[in-house]
Amino acid sequence: MERARTPVVGGWFTESGPDGEFRLLGTRCSACGSVFFPREDTFCRNPGCRGGELAEVPLSKRGRVWSYTDGRYRPPAPYVSDPDVPWEPYTLLAVELAAERMVVLGQAAPGVTVADLAVGMEVEVVPGVLDGDTATEPVRTTWRFRPVGVDG
Amino acid sequence: MSREIAVLGAGMHPWGKWGRSFVEYGTVAARAALADAGLEWQDIDSVVGADTVRSGYPGYVAGATFAQALGWQGARVTSVYAACASGAQAIGAARAQILAGLADVVLVVGADAAPKGFFAPAGGDRPDDPDWLRFRVLGATNPAYFALYARRRMAVYGDTAEDFALVKVKNAAAGLLNPMARYRKAVTAEEVAASAVVADPLRLLDICATSDGAAALVLCSMEFARARGVTDPVRIRAVSTVTPVYPRTVLDLPDIATDSAVAVEPAAGSFRSSIARAAYEEAGLGPEDLSLAEVYDLSTALELEWYEDIGLCGEGEGAKLVREGATALGGRVPVNASGGLASFGEAVPAQAIAQVCELTWQLRGTAGERQVPGARAGITANQGLFGHGSAVVAVR
Ligand SMILES: [Zn+2]
Repeated sequence: MERARTPVVGGWFTESGPDGEFRLLGTRCSACGSVFFPREDTFCRNPGCRGGELAEVPLSKRGRVWSYTDGRYRPPAPYVSDPDVPWEPYTLLAVELAAERMVVLGQAAPGVTVADLAVGMEVEVVPGVLDGDTATEPVRTTWRFRPVGVDG
Repeated sequence: MSREIAVLGAGMHPWGKWGRSFVEYGTVAARAALADAGLEWQDIDSVVGADTVRSGYPGYVAGATFAQALGWQGARVTSVYAACASGAQAIGAARAQILAGLADVVLVVGADAAPKGFFAPAGGDRPDDPDWLRFRVLGATNPAYFALYARRRMAVYGDTAEDFALVKVKNAAAGLLNPMARYRKAVTAEEVAASAVVADPLRLLDICATSDGAAALVLCSMEFARARGVTDPVRIRAVSTVTPVYPRTVLDLPDIATDSAVAVEPAAGSFRSSIARAAYEEAGLGPEDLSLAEVYDLSTALELEWYEDIGLCGEGEGAKLVREGATALGGRVPVNASGGLASFGEAVPAQAIAQVCELTWQLRGTAGERQVPGARAGITANQGLFGHGSAVVAVR
């Protein structure tokens, strides 16, 4: 039986964005235009804004690498990983979204290592599954970053 | 009106992995600071504890916990939590009470018994907590953030792993001379390069360990110091506890993203540089007046960033400074003469207080083999999770 697929956090991304593709979701203040990710649904955080409606908005699909690293040691809980399985380093990217003028963190798509990356490189956001959760119910879906022009 | 307060006493419990309670460490440090000040605990008007959230409920109410351990004597009590900036906030609270005339003499204490390995968020499922989320969703440990900054420096300024290693070599050489430090042995660049990668490009010896430790200060009004016959005390002239200014455009712990700059143009300079700037403005002096600095070297690369943020050099010139030896003992402006976190490890609520202990000893001229000759002014710099600034300027 196929496991249920549940977003690791609700409302942060959609599998069917404006172009029918995977997108990160933020919110935008109708009064000042500030964009928030992770989504801010309560109050606009611009100190010079009297506050407006916060409407959901898909973020840019592509951005440029601000920096990157990896995790050679198993992170502590609440990161989920099976202690009986040898640790496989994951790659972490900080990606600058030009339109939103913000930097967003995310894990790289499987197989992308620090050797494949460079600061300034163009990457795109793609759907993914949190590795550590594959043995548990349900499957936790997440976002990943992948260099543009690379399949996988 | 003088806005200065005096440092009458400073004390520490040695850093290490001692396997005992943070209360014991804090009490040892407090007694050492009281003895250094020549005061009895009963002479203290007010006690301020820097909280630790990893030591259970007593850690969240550290002021009272230390007061109880020292023996209830009716002093005013304050407990403060601001992550790594807790110690500076405790000093800030003590200073405010003294300058407001609410207390003449205040004991400030910070202590921690830290777990081995990575710091982790408090337990439970808390998806409304950014600190919980960055671990749950990304596995983004503290060293991962340090590594992102380090890689960015390599790409933008041309820093190298060898530059980062120089910071460790320098701080280990200073820590070797400090009896309060956990690690008291010289480290070579080869040893740094041979240590395991934790988060590329940073290696084990580029990243500070977690430690047990404690530090305490006895702070008082200038009048109180004079009345005790202390005419030329080390004086605290500024305590900066500023927050960032929206939009914050540099990724910081524990956030998953920066603020967007689409609606508001970012202010010039970084949050870290604004912390030091606020301290300099309050103290009425600048980086050119410094004899030394104690900065929060969570990673070797981060220390280089602090050089720039506290104005010792221009943006991107940090590596040049360490290569020239300017920030080593004997250099133009020694940084982390104590040995820094590289030699101490992190005992979160104690560290910002420990930085001021080091300035105190240096400005008194009693720092022994690691003494910076003729030290007259120093700054501490640090930053706490969730946007807590922390800097203290002390002068003699
Ligand atoms: Zn707004």
